Amino acid sequence: MFEIHCPYCEEKKPEIEFAYAGEAHIVRETKADDLSDQEWAEFLFYRDNKRDDHHERWWHQHGCNMFFNAVRNTQTDKFVTTYKMGLNRPKINPSTNNIKAVQNGK
Amino acid sequence: MENDKNMPYRKSGKGAVIGKKAIGFSFDGTDYQGLEGDTLASALMANGVHLMGRSFKYHRPRGVVGAGSEEPNALVTFDRGTGRVTPNVRATVLEIFEGFVARSQNNWPSLKTDIGAFNNTFSMFFPAGFYNKTFMWPKSFWDKVYEPFIRNMAGLGSAPTEADADVYASVYGHCETLIIGAGPAGIAAALTAVKTGERIILVDENPVFGGSLLSAPNDEIDGIKASDWLDKSVKILENAKNVTLMTRTTAIGYYHDNFIGLAERITDHIPNLKLGVSREKLHRIRAGKVIIAQGAIERPLVFNGNDRPGVMLASAAQTFLNRYGVAVGNTAVLFTSHDSGYAAAFDLADSNVRISLIVDARNEVPKDIQTEAAKRGIEIISAASISKTYGKNRITGVEVYVPSTGEKRKVNCEALLMCGGWTPSLHLWSHSKSSIRWDDNIAAYIPDQPNENAMCAGACNGDFGLRAALQGGNKAAGGRKSYKVHERDFGTGTTFVNLPNYIDASKQKAFVDFQNDATEKDINLAVREGFSSIEHVKRYTTIGMATDQGKTSNLNAMQIASKAIKKTVQQVGLTTFRPPYTPTTYGTIAGYRSGDLFEVERKTPMDGWAQKRGAVYEPVGVWRRARYFPKVGEDMDTAVARECKATRDSLGIFDATTLGKIEVVGPDAAKFMNLMYTNPWVKLGVGRCRYGLMLGEDGYIYDDGVVGRLAENRFHVTTTTGGAPRVFRHMEDYLQTEFSHLDVWLTSTTEQWAVIALNGPNARKLIEPFIEGIDLSPENFPHMAVREGKICGIETRLFRVSFSGELGFEINVPSHYGRAVWEALFEAGKQYDITPYGTEAMHVLRAEKGFIIVGQDTDGTVTPGDAGMVWAVSKKKKDFVGRRSLKRPDLVASGRKQLVGLMTEDPNVVLEEGAQIVADPNQAIPMDMIGHVTSSYWSESLGHSIAMALVMGGFDKEGENIYIPMQGKTHKAKIVKPFFYDPKGERLNVV
Amino acid sequence: MKFSASSLFANALSGHKKWPEQFPDKEPKKEYDVVIVGAGGHGLGAAYYLAKKYGITNIAVIEKGWLGGGNTARNTTIIRSNYLYDESMAIYDHAVDLWDGLSQELNYNTMFSKRGVLMLAHNVHDVQSFHRHVHANRLNGVDNKWLSPEECKKFVPILDISANRHYPVMGGALQMRAGTARHDSVAWGYARAASQLGVDIIQNCAVTGIRRGKDGAVEGVETEKGFIAAKKIGVSAAGHSSTVMEMAGLRFPLESYPLQALVSEPVKPVLNCVVMSNAVHAYISQSDKGELVIGAGTDQYTSYSQRGALHILEHTLMSICEIFPIFKRMRMLRSWGGIVDVTPDRSPILGKTPIEGLYVNCGWGTGGFKATPGAADLFAYTIVHDEPHKINAPYNLERFVTGRLIDEAAAAAVAH
Repeated sequence: MFEIHCPYCEEKKPEIEFAYAGEAHIVRETKADDLSDQEWAEFLFYRDNKRDDHHERWWHQHGCNMFFNAVRNTQTDKFVTTYKMGLNRPKINPSTNNIKAVQNGK
Repeated sequence: MENDKNMPYRKSGKGAVIGKKAIGFSFDGTDYQGLEGDTLASALMANGVHLMGRSFKYHRPRGVVGAGSEEPNALVTFDRGTGRVTPNVRATVLEIFEGFVARSQNNWPSLKTDIGAFNNTFSMFFPAGFYNKTFMWPKSFWDKVYEPFIRNMAGLGSAPTEADADVYASVYGHCETLIIGAGPAGIAAALTAVKTGERIILVDENPVFGGSLLSAPNDEIDGIKASDWLDKSVKILENAKNVTLMTRTTAIGYYHDNFIGLAERITDHIPNLKLGVSREKLHRIRAGKVIIAQGAIERPLVFNGNDRPGVMLASAAQTFLNRYGVAVGNTAVLFTSHDSGYAAAFDLADSNVRISLIVDARNEVPKDIQTEAAKRGIEIISAASISKTYGKNRITGVEVYVPSTGEKRKVNCEALLMCGGWTPSLHLWSHSKSSIRWDDNIAAYIPDQPNENAMCAGACNGDFGLRAALQGGNKAAGGRKSYKVHERDFGTGTTFVNLPNYIDASKQKAFVDFQNDATEKDINLAVREGFSSIEHVKRYTTIGMATDQGKTSNLNAMQIASKAIKKTVQQVGLTTFRPPYTPTTYGTIAGYRSGDLFEVERKTPMDGWAQKRGAVYEPVGVWRRARYFPKVGEDMDTAVARECKATRDSLGIFDATTLGKIEVVGPDAAKFMNLMYTNPWVKLGVGRCRYGLMLGEDGYIYDDGVVGRLAENRFHVTTTTGGAPRVFRHMEDYLQTEFSHLDVWLTSTTEQWAVIALNGPNARKLIEPFIEGIDLSPENFPHMAVREGKICGIETRLFRVSFSGELGFEINVPSHYGRAVWEALFEAGKQYDITPYGTEAMHVLRAEKGFIIVGQDTDGTVTPGDAGMVWAVSKKKKDFVGRRSLKRPDLVASGRKQLVGLMTEDPNVVLEEGAQIVADPNQAIPMDMIGHVTSSYWSESLGHSIAMALVMGGFDKEGENIYIPMQGKTHKAKIVKPFFYDPKGERLNVV
Repeated sequence: MKFSASSLFANALSGHKKWPEQFPDKEPKKEYDVVIVGAGGHGLGAAYYLAKKYGITNIAVIEKGWLGGGNTARNTTIIRSNYLYDESMAIYDHAVDLWDGLSQELNYNTMFSKRGVLMLAHNVHDVQSFHRHVHANRLNGVDNKWLSPEECKKFVPILDISANRHYPVMGGALQMRAGTARHDSVAWGYARAASQLGVDIIQNCAVTGIRRGKDGAVEGVETEKGFIAAKKIGVSAAGHSSTVMEMAGLRFPLESYPLQALVSEPVKPVLNCVVMSNAVHAYISQSDKGELVIGAGTDQYTSYSQRGALHILEHTLMSICEIFPIFKRMRMLRSWGGIVDVTPDRSPILGKTPIEGLYVNCGWGTGGFKATPGAADLFAYTIVHDEPHKINAPYNLERFVTGRLIDEAAAAAVAH
């Protein structure tokens, strides 16, 4: 059972408080009528499914009720970082372990 | 107790854990005596009994190999009476108590004379993988003859036949440091860690702490005897407030982020069981740091006849002597390739066991050892081997073979001790996905890089001997102490992959995996047949897959395989260590969650009333709901017909509490509703309700429910019973991620409100006298409206809605008033013959009106169009969840299944829900199916059956006949509109 | 050397020293007609059928680890075909047809045992849903039968059918033609049979890239042992399919999840069939060795770590103990994790890809083992004909665009 750092609670909590919510940073096009069926299918169903650092969403279901993003290595299951919704993909520099999510992006 | 006639092999003055009290116990129907502190194995051996089991495949007689949880052979069935029979328990860990009963298994008619042993005679025909090569002809024989035979031969003990009479528990725990194993390394670590003041947990699988200290009483630590040092250390730890000590507790698995499962055995060793005390308990520990001090397991030597009862690990013999005060025989031979094996022989010799001979496979034996042996008058033959063993159910002697001279000599003995080196226990370390590396010096794998905050100390780290263990434990806990230790030098050794023998290899039986009867020959056969990966060898030979999971066999197998494959051991690799460390009771892992505690079964506030009324329940999602309320002598159909009729004729009362409820609040609430539901919400007036349809982003119906607008900025949303949690998540997800610009709050209010549904022409009349602050007149409180006021003096949200087609109200009151209001209404309703009805009648009433149930009339593949609900989908809105998907080619294609009504040709036939529909009943199988029946009931009000169905192109087939082929009979039905009762909805307008 | 009772007897007399290698490990040639990526049951089976049915023998099956070491080695060996949709029934029943007789076909006992799969209904919704399945199966000629609680008890005597339980047994659907097989033997049997037909099996050789020509068509695979040219490439890499497809520049509608299973210590025969329960959420059978083989659902997150989680086992075992309270004193011997690749509709993708010469067989989720011979056969057909067989034609990529999904789980939707 993972221990997951909730960026809103600013605490590590056990995985059973959380629900996995799929790959992160998949943008829902509001003018979906402009999308082809193929493009819409890619939004709905196509996933990176990375065997590496994977950007994903978690929901602190039995905690603060907030959805947030995480980077987790799917080979080791180690969380690299977690960050609030709405922030850009963090730049990850493995050598310095200096991880910062960028404000106000999408 | 010396030379007790009951316990001829008991050694007085020996036995670190043995008390004085005699214990009577029974094995295979024979009564024996043991002593307090004995395991079944030690007590039986004290009585001279070595034969304890039969092997899996060849049914060979077997005795103990080890003295602890690594034991592969001595598996017995532990019988504590009804509901308390446990198969496959190791005799070496079963603690006896007065009245203890166990029996042997996998034999018939008896352990001594086992018919199954004919397999042994023909073992040449059953090499590894034999079953892949035969049992194929004739084909039909596999199911009927071969497989039943194989199944009956397989298995060890018998599964319990009664429900478990015991209870189990599970808890969570936290600590800064968890120490696994309380031998010298673990205790030294704990003594160091205790000073930090942080929370320390020290666990050991044995009944007492000490580990190897209990087997080496003559060692000294810091100037005192090892046993005294142990007592003193345990006292320090017991007195420390920050230390939790747990015996009989096995660390079963090491999971993500330092999460460790501990299985504690609580009652199996206690003579008198107390009601309600858990048999075992699962501790799930989150640890800051884990120190693994699991020790090492001695390796057997692989030679012809190494499985006879009485052949055992040297360290096991030493443990039986020093820990339990039992000599494994009056005469013994040691066969070793390591210095450490001599310790057992010398300890036994010092306790008056005659060591007939020591056979050392190495060319050279260290001088100091030779001196020690000479002092005791023990002969050593070096550069020699054992070529065979004698005896049937117990070893009687060995044949020693000296390859350089060809000399063979027979030596009598009652026990043969073997030492082929040591295997550090890397199980927990490997569960944590930490890496291991090969160490040539000890010919074994040792820990390399950690993947979690963990470290190994002592023998499991490849650091052998008492001093190394103490120093290692101390250091792992951050200490710098230097221990003064007096011990017998652990020494060195050589690993022999093949021991010399003059007997042809094909005639030898040199066991690698004792329990599964897998031999050196089997490994060589596997390699010969092209199984070149160690995982293949394991699977082909089944080595390492027995109940000991290869604790004594894996490393031997790997080295034999590597030699046969002609690759280094590193290239051959090691099989994966898989949890649990030792077999773990299902009940323990399941914890307290069984029976009533299996899942929280949710009940409404009115549930008790229904129970008193004799309701029959059905599980719906996590809830139990009253399905119908039978009167004496009524079956379900009769009761439901009565409930329906009473509701339509006068008044029915129904518990609708389980419907999910979500409060959607905020300045942008209507905008949010617009995005989440297909319907338009902005213009819905305050105090009005609307049926809401929710789609998944894939365009299929996700949920539905009535929504009331309580204020400009406040909606009371209802969902299906089973859908409440996922609808809430779905809304939160979109609100927080896609529609985060909207100012809206969501609150799950399912538990806040009890909901009483009143349906029938007298519904208004009933509530009128109880209502305050709401004008109930039809003009001021029309259908699909909501008001806030009071009922019976209790605040209420009163909905005028109907899921039955009758005049209907849904009365929401705070949950804890639910039953009181229900009872008050019921009492007053008697003047209208008020009738409680359950979910079944509710289903009939709504089906008569053609109202759908999401999940029954729809599944996850039905669009609003398919369900005939295009009317609920706004054409004007530019966006809502699922909108784009509705335009996908297949969702607008013709020939989709559409929801229609069915009228059977024979009005008395109630179709089976789930029955399949065809256009042509005379076609051959496989038939073209064009749909299926989703809902089907007898309608008492209409006097005929009704059904709803999803039928391909159904909307265009109105009036056409379709067929429902059942077994033996095909039903004919006509497609109709799915509105059977009061299609114009006039009954809602009753005044 | 043909396997038989007499060859076993003859070899026993000569000390089992004359058995040949079952599947020699080969060094790769420079070029093959077909390269199959992934030596699980599906990949080895495809190679076998390519060689056997279509005479294409210049084939390599390339495996990153040891053959049969992925999900073939890690599943709970259940075989059944009582699915709801025509498309599902067709593909799984095709597999069951091939399972029946596979031992003789391969001259390798795969121990397919038709001992029946009983799926328990615990609530009214289950009953409706199972009826729907049973009738659909019956009219399609697929074996599946509805049993009353008493009939369930008669078939599985250790079942507790008392009504006063949280999850009472309200009946069950029994497919008698379904059962289990010996998972390792399937991989080994196909490997041996394919080897004998000239197929090269190359283990410990990870594919690192897929090379494409100027026209976009495949030219071969880059591997740890160098470039291997291939006219056609079939990817049969289960949990790692996304990774391999990414090498070809394709993003796929797949996610890989951990799936755990466990076995008990072996005991004498006690459970004569496979029992599954969707509502309680677990399934169980007893192997020929006597072990209770148990599985449940996937973990919630995507992962390639093959590392299990304790709380999943807790849920699985509490479910098993709820269905069979007599098993509470049984003991878990071993638990392990596999990686299953799951599509949005939980049905496989078996057919062509947008790249010429590249074919894929993936997305089987938790249902891959039971499909092994059928999927392998259809994959071989698709590779040879450069178009799918009518049975696997619906299992294309386009369905995610058109919306023509084959969603068995959605069809069993629970709401109310």
